[in-house]
Amino acid sequence: MCLGVPGKVVRWIERSGPLARADVEFAGIRRVCHLALVPEVEEGQFVLIHAGIGIGRIDEAEAQRLIVDLARLADGADWSRTGDRT
Amino acid sequence: MKYVDEFRDPEAVRRLVEAIRRMATRRWTLMEVCGGQTHNLLRYGIDEALEGCIELIHGPGCPVCVTPVETIDAAQELSLRPNTILASFGDMLRVPGSHGTLLSSRSKGGRVAVVYSPLDAVEIARERPQDQIVFLAVGFETTAPATALAVQQATHYGLDNFSLLVAHVCVLPAMQMLATAPDHRAKAFLAAGHVCAVTGFAEYDEFVRRFRLPLVVTGFEPVDLLEGILACVRQLETGVASVENCYARSVRREGNLAAQRLVEQIYEVRDTPWRGFGVIPRGGLKLREEWQRFDARQRFSATPEVAACATECPAGDVLIGRIRPTECPHFGTRCTPDSPLGAPMVSTEGPCAAYHRYRVASHAGK
Amino acid sequence: MPPESVSRTNNEGLSCPIELNRDVPHVTLAHGDGGRLTRQLVREHITNRLANVHLQSLDDAACLPQPVGPLAVTTDSFVVTPLFFPGGDIGSLAVYGTVNDLAVSGAHPCWLTLALILEEGLPLAVLDQVIASVASAARRSDVAIVAGDTKVVPRGAVDGLFINTTGIGVFHSPVPAGPKSLTPGDELIISGPVGQHGIAVMAARERLSFDPAPHSDSLPLVKPIRVLREQLGSRVKAMRDATRGGVAAVLHEWAEAARVTLAVEQATFPMPDELRGLSELLGVDPLYFAGEGVFLLAVEPGACEAALAILRCHPESKLAARVGEVQAQQRFPVTIRRALGTTQPLDEPTTALLPRIC
Repeated sequence: MCLGVPGKVVRWIERSGPLARADVEFAGIRRVCHLALVPEVEEGQFVLIHAGIGIGRIDEAEAQRLIVDLARLADGADWSRTGDRT
Repeated sequence: MKYVDEFRDPEAVRRLVEAIRRMATRRWTLMEVCGGQTHNLLRYGIDEALEGCIELIHGPGCPVCVTPVETIDAAQELSLRPNTILASFGDMLRVPGSHGTLLSSRSKGGRVAVVYSPLDAVEIARERPQDQIVFLAVGFETTAPATALAVQQATHYGLDNFSLLVAHVCVLPAMQMLATAPDHRAKAFLAAGHVCAVTGFAEYDEFVRRFRLPLVVTGFEPVDLLEGILACVRQLETGVASVENCYARSVRREGNLAAQRLVEQIYEVRDTPWRGFGVIPRGGLKLREEWQRFDARQRFSATPEVAACATECPAGDVLIGRIRPTECPHFGTRCTPDSPLGAPMVSTEGPCAAYHRYRVASHAGK
Repeated sequence: MPPESVSRTNNEGLSCPIELNRDVPHVTLAHGDGGRLTRQLVREHITNRLANVHLQSLDDAACLPQPVGPLAVTTDSFVVTPLFFPGGDIGSLAVYGTVNDLAVSGAHPCWLTLALILEEGLPLAVLDQVIASVASAARRSDVAIVAGDTKVVPRGAVDGLFINTTGIGVFHSPVPAGPKSLTPGDELIISGPVGQHGIAVMAARERLSFDPAPHSDSLPLVKPIRVLREQLGSRVKAMRDATRGGVAAVLHEWAEAARVTLAVEQATFPMPDELRGLSELLGVDPLYFAGEGVFLLAVEPGACEAALAILRCHPESKLAARVGEVQAQQRFPVTIRRALGTTQPLDEPTTALLPRIC
């Protein structure tokens, strides 16, 4: 039950409190989503939307890192990236 | 779509499949915990692409499948009361209770509203002070923050006509139960990425130490799924068992602290019945004492008689990976998406529905 | 758009009972008694607004000129909730739905009948708006409404307003041979994006609040279909508008009729941005949703490019695309090649389509 879709924060409507919400864009369509739990996101950034609320910010640098790693894989390089190990 | 299309790139998928095949020296058995992952593994044909190299067993991560019959019955009963509207995610409308589904309640005159978000149910409550709005709060840790926020908003608006029928479940206790089962076969776990977006993954350290099983936080797009599988294989091949995050764009170790704080404020953990599993210790949530006024069971003293549930659906066996959907004697014959015997055939996330949709007759009759 | 108070959504349990407000003129049971009020209602609110020679007499039957060629007859009922939705309403939907059924059968639509079942309490303003929409859709489709009927039922017996239509047209040869004639090698074409009507109505009914609100594609398909028929003749083997059950339902019907396998490719279906966003967000597959301005056609091998060129000249089918082909019968009646190259069976549509968060 975890359909999460990345959307772009277009415009904050209300920035604080339990009613914090913004217009969020998904490939040509917008919806008002509740962002009380990701108050730090800025307009233009992407959030993960689940059931109409933002549950996390999407990290551009991490997404890029994965894409670069995939490109390295193309060169036949040994796939030796390690994630966050503990 | 940004952050979606890049991770569905067929070329990247092809390379990852090759890398996994190169790395695996034997056939490894992995479990993906989340039903959304099950759905995509089959939809994108990843299980078939890795045939002979990786065996995927499908975990219990489908809240629709594990919601007890009694909860569905209570929801139906509430929907039929005068001046009461039962609001729910669309997913729950076709799940069989002991007497039909929420869809069939509608045909008996029950009032059931489908909402995309629990906060839409709060809006309905604001617009309709003459009605009681009850939201059927199902879902894992991913969804609990949304319903907790609904309680917070209803409080903010001073609504006395909004309540929750809480059936939230927690994924880690179920994984622990699976890992202690004597016949469990999973050699590594793909942890549910969107659950971890909320909870983080620090809480998995203990699990990995205790069971010595690799655990990789994994997303949902084909590239994400294959990355998670590759990381599992790498750990297995090198004899390591650690927690690894292959979904770093959405998941941070500490998770979403604001969401955790809110859930903590509204809910507490409790021993919870899972359909097909029995009661799982600390396996779900209930409203805290100070939020009881939002508990629909209290408000309406909803205690439908617990039906003797003589189901022929071996949901529990399927959901812990003991049998594959296609090994169920009823699969594709007496049990289909049109006339499901049990929840795993109803939910789009249910393993049986996913097999029926994407693998249908190729396995029937085997 | 009509005021909120009359968009009723009965099956959600969110029905807003139409207040019997004496200040708002509304339909009463007396309007259905057959007396003076009935005559008034029919004349003032219906026939005068659908002005055509056949309706003026209010006789029990219309007298139509003898057409040249065999008759095509189709009938359909419309019970959509809400009555008005972005991109259309129950009135235009009734006209276009019926006209399109005739057109895809290879007939030229000429006449429609219009039977209305009205709920007591329906504001006359709503009826007027629906009838105005019927009139303008009929003009746009170049058909005349030649007969009709009006009934009033007690509150609760219908949801505001139901419509039944019968469409009469004339077949012009060559008539498409139909789905039974499909043979391996035939090519499958979709005239535009699929599922837009179903998703729009779902979004309006479940109040999913998108911006822009998803629009129905409800449109007459008569023109592109006529040109296809005129220019390609019998090389067009089958056509069907992809309404209830979406394109998935049509594919299954055809596969069964011809005992073949229809193989389609997901990536080839036209997918405007907003449709893509909606399907991702709601977790739904547009292949299973109704369109009301989109049709599937099968053409002989080699006729695909010509068909696409014709379709793309018309605004109602400018996004037409080849989506697959007919193959010899295999284990599955319909297969779909997914984005990553795996081929899977495409299931038949089942039960209610609902937004999901799973």
